[in-house]
Amino acid sequence: MNFDFSDDQKFLKNEARKFLEAQCPTSRVRKVLDEDAKSYDEDLWKAVGEQGWLGAAIPEEYNGLGLGRLELCVIAEELGRAVAPIPFASTVYFLAEAIMLAGSEEQKAYLLPRIAAGEVIGAMAVSEGPGVTTASTLQATVEGGKLNGVKLPVTDGDIANVALVLAKENGKPGLYLADLTDPSATCEALKTLDPTRDAARLTFKDAPVRRLGEAGQGFELLEQINDRAAVLLAFEQCGGADRCLEMAKSYALERYAFGRVIGSYQAIKHKLADIYVKNELARSNAYYGAWALNTDAPELPVAASAARIAGSEAYWFASKENIQTHGGIGFTWEMDCHLHYRRSRQLSLVAGAPRVWKERLVSQLERRNAAA
Amino acid sequence: MDFKDTPEEAAYRQQVREWLAANAPKKREGEPDPLGESSDGLAASKAWQAKKAAAGYACITWPKEWGGQGGNPIQQVIFGQEESAYPTPGNPFQIGLGMCVPTVMTFADEDTKKRFVGPAIRGEEIWCQLFSEPSGGSDVAGARTRAERAPDGSGDWIINGQKVWTTGAQFSDFGIVICRTNPDAPKHKGMTMFWIDMKDPGVEVRPIHQMSGGSGFNEVFFTDLRVKDSQRLGAVDDGWRVSLVTLMNERLAVGGASGAGWSAFLESARQTPGLDGGAAIKDQALREKLADWYVQAEGLKHTRNRTMTALSKGETPGPESSIGKIISAVQMQELANSAVEMLDQYGIINDPSLAPLRGAFQASLMSAPGMRIAGGTDEILRNIIAERVLGLPGDIRVDKDVAFKDLPTGR
Repeated sequence: MNFDFSDDQKFLKNEARKFLEAQCPTSRVRKVLDEDAKSYDEDLWKAVGEQGWLGAAIPEEYNGLGLGRLELCVIAEELGRAVAPIPFASTVYFLAEAIMLAGSEEQKAYLLPRIAAGEVIGAMAVSEGPGVTTASTLQATVEGGKLNGVKLPVTDGDIANVALVLAKENGKPGLYLADLTDPSATCEALKTLDPTRDAARLTFKDAPVRRLGEAGQGFELLEQINDRAAVLLAFEQCGGADRCLEMAKSYALERYAFGRVIGSYQAIKHKLADIYVKNELARSNAYYGAWALNTDAPELPVAASAARIAGSEAYWFASKENIQTHGGIGFTWEMDCHLHYRRSRQLSLVAGAPRVWKERLVSQLERRNAAA
Repeated sequence: MDFKDTPEEAAYRQQVREWLAANAPKKREGEPDPLGESSDGLAASKAWQAKKAAAGYACITWPKEWGGQGGNPIQQVIFGQEESAYPTPGNPFQIGLGMCVPTVMTFADEDTKKRFVGPAIRGEEIWCQLFSEPSGGSDVAGARTRAERAPDGSGDWIINGQKVWTTGAQFSDFGIVICRTNPDAPKHKGMTMFWIDMKDPGVEVRPIHQMSGGSGFNEVFFTDLRVKDSQRLGAVDDGWRVSLVTLMNERLAVGGASGAGWSAFLESARQTPGLDGGAAIKDQALREKLADWYVQAEGLKHTRNRTMTALSKGETPGPESSIGKIISAVQMQELANSAVEMLDQYGIINDPSLAPLRGAFQASLMSAPGMRIAGGTDEILRNIIAERVLGLPGDIRVDKDVAFKDLPTGR
């Protein structure tokens, strides 16, 4: 049994933490939060690129570092812990993974080296309005290689130069790569719950696009991409949730009420114990997801669903109970508690809400049970 | 990251498999028993234990000189995994070998150790642990059972009082008992541990009729039970420290709650009519619950894998191993109740010949409250995580520096 990260991977994680503590203190996160004009931390994005993280899992033949997905997992955890205000997930977990999964040789050769070099910011354009986007609600269309439609919200859509867009061609759903620097694509920034990770409305008018993968396979491919992203997002959620527990714990040990530290009251102790339990369940599920992702195991869809559900629950619970532990001061703009509360919402929704993943998980368990 | 054995582990697993194939009862055919009722009575348990002991598998991690194999914890885990594939009889030796006998081995003299360790490991003698009392379950240091020096100057002790929730007392040969020896000292400083002969006429064992209907536990009454001073484990009034050695292993010995889990629920939900004639599994509310239970169960499974990994590397497992019972006992209760409610009016039937899965959910429902209490209540386990894992302060103790006899006792 070797269900753990290797010493090298733990070393990388440790280095990533030190790097982000220096380069991404919450004062830097707050600059993106407070300044409307600032959509992400460009300096941090550049620095992360120089670390090689953008191409960590990209093969060396495409100028990546050629490491595995496990290395990406430990980086993700640290980014989540730091509430990093950069389009890492959109570019690396979604776009790069999608290209490596289903891209043509030409698409790989064009995009992967540019992603690794930090020249590309990606965006995943699926949602078109309230509720779940399905084959029957999907409006965006492609005809003769031209895309028309409106997508919102598109995380990082206002800063991305390449979008992966879900649209129908001859009634068949597919995924299409769009160049957002082309004037046929216009974008408008949206106000979101988590201003440290911006989103936009993208409008395509006869935008030239190239299909990724097979025609008609849009939703199947999207599920596969989401599975990969879900595992990596789960590590961000674990990192964030653990940070919330640390914040709550350290406040509970310094804050006095009724003559003693609040961390000595069982109401607080049990709350923090509950956070710990959820965080460990999330971590164990994320590890299994990491194993499935790294080995491209047939268990990946079930493992990714479990990792996403547990990660979403843990980060939500930890972020809200961290505020509660802080009391009134936790509700102020100046305290960092709300950075996590906001990010927990962003991470829970960006690849589909937990409800959707629970349904997906149970459908798969049903199939497995019926086959047994 | 993988789930593979190291070459040494694989070789050990192979050796265990071969031994089990040659010595264990035949593997179960067909339907697994949902309640895991594999106990064929005490005689079968003792016979199986003797076989394991002869081959060194009874206490793998114990030194060879005491009948063990001198093995490591991962080998113990591997044996447990492989053994669980066979319908082996129940294991009434766990408390003795996991908690009592290690305490005896730590605190008793050579002769006592030689007398007891061998018969215990071979399953010839069974031990029980006598700690909880009617006045204190979580608060073990509140023990009121008295041990006083015999007035005849022999140095013997006379024990009077009552213990409760003693697992296996009805078939135990020996036990370790914590007693109050100095009521004038604060509670933690006036207790002493002894080993006792459960067959002594001064010991009376009465089964407790549990709310689940079963009687796995007992009340044990001591009436002028006379024990030699040589039966004392540790120093006089130092019993609390001795008990910590015993309890160190309790959470490992109690383990997680079992009972019918998510896959039994899924199976049942596919076969039970739901709201509009379709199967109950189509009910979105049930689907969401099922997803949550699956994710929790998987989380615990992979937490165990993380623990095993630490053992495999020769490291001490991290505190994550402490979360098991908090999750599994509550889930057992909630899942059982949802399964019963899914049956609608029919759910009230508790007849194995009529209820789905031979009444497994009803049985789970009725034993779950005990799981949330045994071996550390939900609340005590949260305290343990908060204090030992997270480093939060212990509770303010109003009883710490007060003589035991002056403590308020209530009812």
